[in-house]
Order: sequence, then C-alpha cells, then structure tokens
Amino acid sequence: MKSLLKHRLAWPVIALAALLLLNQVFKPDFMSLRMQDGHLYGSLIDIMRNGAPTILIALGMTLVIATRGIDLSVGAVVAIAGAASCAYIAASPEPGSPVTAATAVLIAVVAALALGVWNGFLVSTIGVQPIIATLVLMTAGRGVAQLITGGQIVSVSNDSYKSIGAGYLFTLPVSILITAAVFALAAVLTRRTALGTLIEAVGINPVASRLAGLRARNIIWIVYVFSAVCAAIAGLMISSNVTAADANNAGLYIEMDAILAVVIGGTSLAGGRYTLVGTVVGAFIIQTLTTTVYTLGIPPEVTLVFKALVVITVCLLQAPKARNLLSRLKAAPKPAAQEAAKEKVAI
Amino acid sequence: MRMNEIVPVVEMTDIAIGFPGVKALDGVDFRLFQGEVHALMGENGAGKSTLIKALTGVYAIDSGTITVLGEPKRFSTPGESQAAGISTVYQEVNLCPNLTVEENVLLGREPRRRGSIDWKGVRTRTREVLAELQLDHIDPGSLLSTHSIAVQQLIAIARSVEINAKVLILDEPTSSLDADEVRQLFRVIRDLRNRRVAILFVSHFLEQVYEISDRMTVLRNGKLVGEYLTRDLSRMSLISKMIGKDMEALAELDQAPARTRASNGAGVTPFIEAKGLGRKGSVSNVDLSIYPGEVVGLAGLLGAGRTEIARLFFGADKADEGSIKIKGAGQRIRSPRTAIDKHIGFCSEDRKEEGLIGELTVRDNLVLVMQASKGWARRIPRRVQDELVAEYIEALDIRPANPDALIKNLSGGNQQKVLLARWLVTHPELLILDEPTRGIDIGAKTQIQKLVNKLAADGMSILFISSELEEVLRVSDRVAVIKDRALVAEINNDDVSVEDVMTVIAGGAQ
Repeated sequence: MKSLLKHRLAWPVIALAALLLLNQVFKPDFMSLRMQDGHLYGSLIDIMRNGAPTILIALGMTLVIATRGIDLSVGAVVAIAGAASCAYIAASPEPGSPVTAATAVLIAVVAALALGVWNGFLVSTIGVQPIIATLVLMTAGRGVAQLITGGQIVSVSNDSYKSIGAGYLFTLPVSILITAAVFALAAVLTRRTALGTLIEAVGINPVASRLAGLRARNIIWIVYVFSAVCAAIAGLMISSNVTAADANNAGLYIEMDAILAVVIGGTSLAGGRYTLVGTVVGAFIIQTLTTTVYTLGIPPEVTLVFKALVVITVCLLQAPKARNLLSRLKAAPKPAAQEAAKEKVAI
Repeated sequence: MRMNEIVPVVEMTDIAIGFPGVKALDGVDFRLFQGEVHALMGENGAGKSTLIKALTGVYAIDSGTITVLGEPKRFSTPGESQAAGISTVYQEVNLCPNLTVEENVLLGREPRRRGSIDWKGVRTRTREVLAELQLDHIDPGSLLSTHSIAVQQLIAIARSVEINAKVLILDEPTSSLDADEVRQLFRVIRDLRNRRVAILFVSHFLEQVYEISDRMTVLRNGKLVGEYLTRDLSRMSLISKMIGKDMEALAELDQAPARTRASNGAGVTPFIEAKGLGRKGSVSNVDLSIYPGEVVGLAGLLGAGRTEIARLFFGADKADEGSIKIKGAGQRIRSPRTAIDKHIGFCSEDRKEEGLIGELTVRDNLVLVMQASKGWARRIPRRVQDELVAEYIEALDIRPANPDALIKNLSGGNQQKVLLARWLVTHPELLILDEPTRGIDIGAKTQIQKLVNKLAADGMSILFISSELEEVLRVSDRVAVIKDRALVAEINNDDVSVEDVMTVIAGGAQ
C-alpha cells in the first residue's frame, strides 16, 4: 500500500477517483451507462467526449514539455485547423460529400504539419526560447485563422465532417475513439522506439545529450510537429462538433488547460521524465471538475475558485516539499500510537 | 573549559539512509571536534558523499541522530544546516557563475544601509576576506565564471570564512588544484584549524590526507570501519581498511601496469593527425598525431588548454583553423555527432554537466551513445540492452550491479565507469579521456588505468588527460605537454620522470 502511494500516478488517480465519487454521492446515477439507439450514453461518456480535445492537445504538450519546451500556439492551431477545413468545405462545389470532408481534414493536418515545422525551426535551429517562439504563432495564428474565415463564423453542413466530433462508431463517440488512437500512437511511438528515452535525455541534460551524439534538433522538431498535429485534430473535433469554425473563440485558453493537465499528471515543467497516462488522468481531472461544478450546482461566480482549489490541492499533493511535510505530520504521533495504528491496518 | 573540548561539534550516531535499490549508509557513527582536520576516507560508493549530505541537510536521514554542540538537530534543508554553522565546499563548486566574486562571497548576507545593499561595504568586506586568505589578486568585481575551477573553490572557502562557520566541509577540494594551489589551500586550512574551526576533509589523495589531517573515519560499503588517529594508522593499513582486502591483494593492485609500447614507426598511418588546429580564444596551432594502439598523454597545468584540445578533436567546439586527417583522409569534424560517426569517443571531465543523464537509469545511460547513433526509430532491443549492460557492469565492477538504479544515485566512481562503458559499447577507434580518474578511489583508479592499457593493446588510440603527472606517465606511450594554450613539447615516454615533465612545463623549452 505504501509503495503504491509512492507511485508517481498515485495522487492524480486518487484525486480523480475522489472527484468521481463526489459526483456519485450527489447524483446517484452518475456512474450509470445506458444504451440508446445503439449509442452509449452517460456522464462518464460525456466527460470523455468533452475532454477529448484537451486530452489530445495535452498529449502533444507532454512531449514538448519533456524536452524543456512549451507550446503556447496550440489554441491558435486549433483555430487555424477549424478555419481551414470549414472554409474549404464551405467554398467547395460539393459541400456535403465525404470526399470534400476528407480533403478538408487533410488540408488541416498538412497546415498543422507546416505550423509544427515552423515552431520546431524557431526553437531548434534558430534557438529561440520555446515560450517566445510559440508565442509568435499563438498571437499571429488567430490572425491567420481570421483571414481564412474572412472574420466570419463559417458554418458547414457535411455529415461526414460532423461525425468527427459528434458521430458514433461501435456504440462510442468517434472523438473518444480518435483520442484513444492518438494516445496509443503516441505511446507506441515513444516507448516501442527509443524516442521516449531520447526525448527525456534531451530534457534532462541537453549538453550531455549533445556530447553523446544525440541529434537534439530532430527530436525537438518531432515533438513540436506532433504537438501541432494533435492540436489540429482537436481543432477538427471542436469545429465539427458545432459544424462551424469560430476563429476568435475556438480553442481559446486551451493551451492553459493542456499545460495544467500535464502538470497535474505529474510531468515536471522543468522537462525530463514524462508520463502520458498521467497526462490523460490530469485532463480527466480538469474535465470532471467542470462536470462536478454542474452536478453540485455550484453558482457560476464560485466556479473558478472551486476549480482553483482542487487544482492547487492536487499540485500540492505532488510537490516533494508538501509531501515531506505531510509525512512528518503523520510521523508526529507517539510510537505507541503508531504501533496501534499499524495493528489496525494489519487486521 | 575541559568539558567544552570533550563535547564534539558534530556527533552523528547510527545514521542510516537508503535510496531505491541502494543502501547508502547503514548504522554509521561519526564525531567531529573543534580545531581538528578530520579526514573521511573510503572508496567510491562507501558513503562519504552521502554522510556529508546527511550532515548538510541535502538528504534526510532514515534513522539515527545528529547533534551539534550537544544539541540534537534534524536537518531537512541545507539552510537549516548552514544556520547551525555548517558550511560546505562541494566537489563541483556550487556558486553562481553569472554573479561577481563579491556577490557570491556575500550572497544573502550583504551589508545594508537604509534598506538597500551597501555595495561599497560589500567590496570592502570581500577584500578583507580575500586578504585574510591571501587571495588579494582576485578582483572582487569580476564575474565568477571568468575564474578557473580552482579559484572558484577558493572563493567558496572565502564565503565560508565570511560566514564564520564552526564546521567547514571540504569535499574533494584538491581534485582540480595544482601543487601550488594545494599548498595555498592547506595554509588556509591550518589557519582555520588554529581558529578552532572543525574541518571535515574528503580527498582521494592519500599524501594530502596524511599531510593535513589529525584524525580519520573510514567507511566501506555504507558501513563504519572505524575512527583512527592519522599518526597511528599506516598508509597500507588505511588502504586495506578502505577496500577490505589484505596486504598481498593490495600489493598486486598497486603494481604499475607495464606498458608494451605501440609502434609508430615509418609507414604506419596515424588514426588522427591534427595540423595547426586552433580556435579563436581557445588553443592555437596544435600539431598532434595519435597512432592506432597508442596512448598519448596530455600534460600541463589546469587551464593550459588540455580540455580545449580534446573538445576540438571531438567537435564539441568547432575548429576555425588547421586541419584534421583521419586515417590519412582529410575530414571536418563539425559536431560530436560527426566525431562519433568517425569512431571517436569523448569522456568529459565534467561528469555532472556533460556526462550524466541523472534522472535516467544506468541502463539508459550506458546505451545512450549507441542508441543515439542508431537514431530514435531503431530502438536497441531490450534483450541486447540487458546483455550489454550486464557485461559492462561485470567487466567494470559497477556497483550497485542494478541496471535500473537511477544513475544520479550512484557514487562518483561508479558513475564514471558507466560513462566509460557508454563509449566502450560503441567500440571507438579513438577514445578521449579527460580526467577519467578525478575524484575516484585507488581501486577504481587502478582499474581504469589497467583498462586503458588493455584497450590500447587491442588497437584503440587513446588521448589521456590528467592533472596527475604520475598517472599520465604511467599509462602513456607519448606525452604532449601543453602550456599557455599551445603545445610546447612532445616527449616519448621512456624513462621520463615527473620532474622532467615539470621542467618542460616550467621552462617551456622546446
């Protein structure tokens, strides 16, 4: 039990479980799933579906952060991806056909590749600090998205396109399946190859990595491109869900949620060791919080404060200093009392 | 009065500290008295650094007690330990390189006037402290990073003097100093001892330990061997206590490995041949060839340009003049990556900053160069990794023999072995070793020297850099002497004595 508590994922998982339990207490049917028209419904499914874009972006962000970087431009990439695909569909001669939808998706992904290459170029080749390099695209990107949409909200009606964010496959929302696929891809890409270890090496000690012959430039490029592609998929999901591209508001502040998910999940902003599973748990915590706010009927003006409290608690539970303090508080009782406590546990 | 002398400044009893996979300290007692120089002795991994870190609050102890002047203490941060009057100068100097000397000496305790820092006072106070240590030649306003590691260390000691520390811990203070600087340091240490400061001294140089210390505590494998008066313990019995072997085994260990000299006669192409190699602000006009199976030693004072030459050969710095031929063909070494592709390896002198990936395991660190050469897409299969790691853990006697231990939890000597293994698995044709035995105990040191011999016998070219001339002479076929950032002489190493090389360094004669 004790060693289990020391696991790096212990506290995020406990926090998520506690939040879910809290919801269950206030809403007895919270955990229940029901089948309707061959689709699975329930609060848990909603949490996963609504959290999908954040999870996607947080996955990309995790790898960027592991190299000591940060990607602030993901929100802008979300906007550009949505704008590009919707603008293409709206302008195409056959706005309803699946081929058009597929082309639109391709355009968005290619655009994201280019944007990721741009970020990677600034960081790895020019040597701009990641926070500054991606700030460029964060601010400029929304402008680009507005140019594409002409400053309007572009609505589309294409069933194939709509299914990305709102469709169902094998009883599950497509967005959940896409997210699961990207997670699996990221896990395989980093752990079945040496990419994960090399990313961590660059993040932990860039100087030593260079002297060991590591091509840090390529690795940094890969993580920024991956991050942008994740953001683009999230952008497609968001615009598909509302069948419209909103250059101003799509993915607004999503970079903050993503960074938060990474940190709550247990990956240090200082770079180095990372955990993709932790990030997913972190993103779920954030999404569940939003749901909890509704379940508990917390008034809107208190919502942000409530969220802040939970986030601070989880972060504190992970901080080594706070943990030491906790364990010292626990160690404070007299030996006799401790013995008694031990016996209780044994029973 | 008498009572005061009997109560130790620091008393540590039954100390235990464990890391995942490593039991670093186990029931260790330690006492330190006022006005003594106490040497902490032991091989790498014996627990010296861990004991110091327990005393300085870097590590929390799992069990045991620490008392300072009879008062029980519990240090959980370095600050608490410092507040109790314990000051440390680490092996790797831990000051701020981007601040000035005076800012470093008085950091956090700057004299103030009307709420703001009194910079004039800072300058005056720093001058006083430096003068006290006879270091007047150091400009208090200069940036710390402009000074050599040796001087930085003396500045770190100046800082402890300024604090008026009751206990001064010196962890391998002499490993980067030349003979003059060591004399200067010892003068300072004696001076502090006379002022009743308790000094804890850690060094791998036995002669220095015998010169400066009054008492010693010996550790082995995280356990206490004993506490002795220096004058009562012979060098041989100290060594046997440190490594836990008897005298005969030691005698064998101590034998200088005899080298069969490599032939570099006419007709043999050198593996690497540098002509007029140089870099602005670094070294200039270096002509140096290394033949297959040959060990070339680089001798010279610290800061003479030894590391700079190594970095040019490895592409860690780009040369902007001269040329390099590898196996007779002209090459440009633009980066470490190109050097590695040409089968050149480089073990940096700065383990922590330029070698270790601290948060990764021994396994990951050991295969890093090989993996980087293969690229990220072709992962070395786990089975192959396991075989390689097991092979080198055994061959180099890496302790603990646990591939999954984080490398930052290993002792300095074992970290060094892993870094060596990192290159050996790639079978380089030229291996550049910059201070491979710095801060390493005799056992490991002899192991590494023997390894160098064996590698050269198998045909590897080796560029061997060390501050210890004896060591350079013991392992090298040829010695290149560096002075003031240029190569001043090349000496074939037959019957050359340390004095001969010293004469060259001192005189700079061609």
